[in-house]
Amino acid sequence: MSVQAFLFYLLSAVILLSTGIAITRRNLAHAVVYLVISFFGTALLFYLLGAPLLAALEVIIYAGAIMILFLFIVMMIRLETPEKPLLPRAQMVPALVMGVVYLAVGELLLTFSEPAAKVPLESAVATPRVFGQFLFAQHWLAIEIASLLLLVVLIGALLIGRQRSKIEEPES
Amino acid sequence: MIVPFNHVLVLSGLLFFLGLFCAVVRRNLVMILLGLEIMLNAAAVAFVGASLRWQLMDGQALVVFIIAVAASEVSVGLALVMAAYHRTGSVDPRQLEQDG
Repeated sequence: MSVQAFLFYLLSAVILLSTGIAITRRNLAHAVVYLVISFFGTALLFYLLGAPLLAALEVIIYAGAIMILFLFIVMMIRLETPEKPLLPRAQMVPALVMGVVYLAVGELLLTFSEPAAKVPLESAVATPRVFGQFLFAQHWLAIEIASLLLLVVLIGALLIGRQRSKIEEPES
Repeated sequence: MIVPFNHVLVLSGLLFFLGLFCAVVRRNLVMILLGLEIMLNAAAVAFVGASLRWQLMDGQALVVFIIAVAASEVSVGLALVMAAYHRTGSVDPRQLEQDG
């Protein structure tokens, strides 16, 4: 096993473990912090798979901006009622069936996958300069659409945030 | 030589399943949004692996858009969570259903 393969399995273990811990926490702040670890692991994985720019973006946007946004909201809301147990007994059977079916289908897909998917990947790196030029040369329309989406989201979030105070004004 | 592409897909599939579990099982609007984030992240892992597998950069380009969509989804989603919280005083989706 090469060093890169070892790193891949180590990072996979870290990502899966921290995500698994995160989704079972009762305390939302703890869940968010565990998820930050998971996203850092994903960033390192991107670097390992030859995407340094995406690794940086993952740290800046996912682990940085998005998780901080979650932390803000968690601090603003106050959780009074403890949640009920994660899986009530009535839901245990459907959940198990779903899980087993998911795993079985995944296993089938892996066994019958093409032989090329079973040989180790060659490592390659898309440097940020080359990747950026490729992105703006080949996908400029999608970039524009994404920027439009972000603008719409900005306005939408402002509107959703403002509506409440407008509704409340006559009451108070 | 890293690992076979199948192993990347296994990691991505397991991560997606964890996100799905979180979004379906937890009775908390914030945790549901976190589950969505985990699922988008799993898709991004699969795309980067595929980009390396076929030695094409289009997979990585798609991840940029996935990140943009994730950021916009989370900002609108959290604004809605705050609106629901101010309306019902809780982040329980059941509560929102009852109180309208």
